[in-house]
Amino acid sequence: MSQEGALTASGIGHGFAGARVLDDIEIWVPKGNVLAILGPSGRGKTTLLHILGGLLVPDAGRVERPFERPAFVFQDPLLLPWRTARGNVAFGLAGTRLARADRLARARSMLVKVGLGHSEAGLYPHQLSGGMKKRVALARALAVEPDLLLLDEAFSALDVGLSREMQQLVRLDAQERGVTVVLVTHDLSEAVRLADQAVVLSGRPGRIVARLAIERPARLRDDAFVEAEIRRIAAIETIRDAFRPTLSI
Amino acid sequence: MANNAWRRLVGGGERLWAALGLAIVVTLWEIGHRAYGDFVLPSPLSTLTALGHVAASGDLWPAVVTTARDALSGFLAATLTGSLLGGIAGRSMPVRSMLQPMATMLIGVPAIAWVVLSLLWFGGSGLAATFSVAVAVGPVVFAAATQGTRTVDGGLRTMARAFRVPLGAMIADVYLPHVLSYLLPALGTALAMSWKVAVMAELLSGAGGIGDGLAAARAEVDTAKTMAWVIVVVALLLVVDRLVIEPVRRHFETWRRGLPGEAA
Repeated sequence: MSQEGALTASGIGHGFAGARVLDDIEIWVPKGNVLAILGPSGRGKTTLLHILGGLLVPDAGRVERPFERPAFVFQDPLLLPWRTARGNVAFGLAGTRLARADRLARARSMLVKVGLGHSEAGLYPHQLSGGMKKRVALARALAVEPDLLLLDEAFSALDVGLSREMQQLVRLDAQERGVTVVLVTHDLSEAVRLADQAVVLSGRPGRIVARLAIERPARLRDDAFVEAEIRRIAAIETIRDAFRPTLSI
Repeated sequence: MANNAWRRLVGGGERLWAALGLAIVVTLWEIGHRAYGDFVLPSPLSTLTALGHVAASGDLWPAVVTTARDALSGFLAATLTGSLLGGIAGRSMPVRSMLQPMATMLIGVPAIAWVVLSLLWFGGSGLAATFSVAVAVGPVVFAAATQGTRTVDGGLRTMARAFRVPLGAMIADVYLPHVLSYLLPALGTALAMSWKVAVMAELLSGAGGIGDGLAAARAEVDTAKTMAWVIVVVALLLVVDRLVIEPVRRHFETWRRGLPGEAA
């Protein structure tokens, strides 16, 4: 079931220092779709994301990645400490053909979109709060106008309102430009708001123990739908088992 | 009242305290002079007079130029070679394992031995001083560059790779700022060492420079003149450190003090 432009991973297995982290992972994300990777911590979610993004070559299996401009938001913001917020966002554009002034201009406007104004743009990472750093990292990723966006707990350090706003921003941006998105999260509501499909990783080594499809278009998902959907998903036995230590609704 | 004056003195800024430190040195010097006499320790005043004589005789300026040339050319060669090799060694385990013992060995050789060897190899030409400086100072720069490159944050490197940042930007924006925080202090030390080794080489080679002036002063058993030359070397070192190293350090460490205004 191959389709033009889809992100495909088959038979993925990986280990670190002899310990297997991932086993027998099959993933297929059609172009423009959003996949959420769910699961308790330490089950290889980040590793899988890095493999899908091409930062890590898996020990086994193969990944088809027909994209030109991948962009990451990492779990840690990973900002250059010696660059301002604006400089950090512009750094993500260093590989493009834009002139320096254009890079800075685009960085500035993207920072405004994530809610960081002119005064924050000139600050260094150590002068920003955790949530602000997270938003700078998000701006850096969106600024490259990616065709593949990989988000690793991108909204986790933000308070509820802000996190919703940023999710909205990513959703609109992705829909508008047909971006394929893979997001790692341990927050069910985030997955239910954004994703078209989700996989649940569990066990050691991590395997996919459940696959979910969320049919309703993302823009039509209101709070009631999200709540009902979370309840439905949480009731599925394999998912309850996978989340048992962390699930709290 | 006295309390207030004391507080004002304590809060009086770095310059004031620096001046006080210098004043203490000059006072001790003067006391030493009074205790031991002109031959052992000429007074600060007669040292300044001797310096005036040297300057008036026209020996000062050519000597300063020669020594600066010897020290800075050696320092430059050491900086270029040391940082390039250090940068490579920091990224490559085989190169590092190969070069590190060599650097340790080179550091272990006394600077004066390099001077003697290079006099044998290059004769009385100015090259002897340059070579001595480069080979004595290079390993110090190399060690700092290696350590700096080796400790660049792996997460930042992954991030840059994820955004497909070209090599030039990778070096300029990810590596260099971090490496400089190791390299700049080492370069300060290396520069100070450069003057010392250059003067040492000149003293033995007799090919001009401040070292040559020192040798002459010694031959004339003129302590005041000797002290005058010492003051010239120290002044040179301070001037170059303040004029070159310090501004560079300040430029690259703006972000540490968190001052805004740094462009991308």
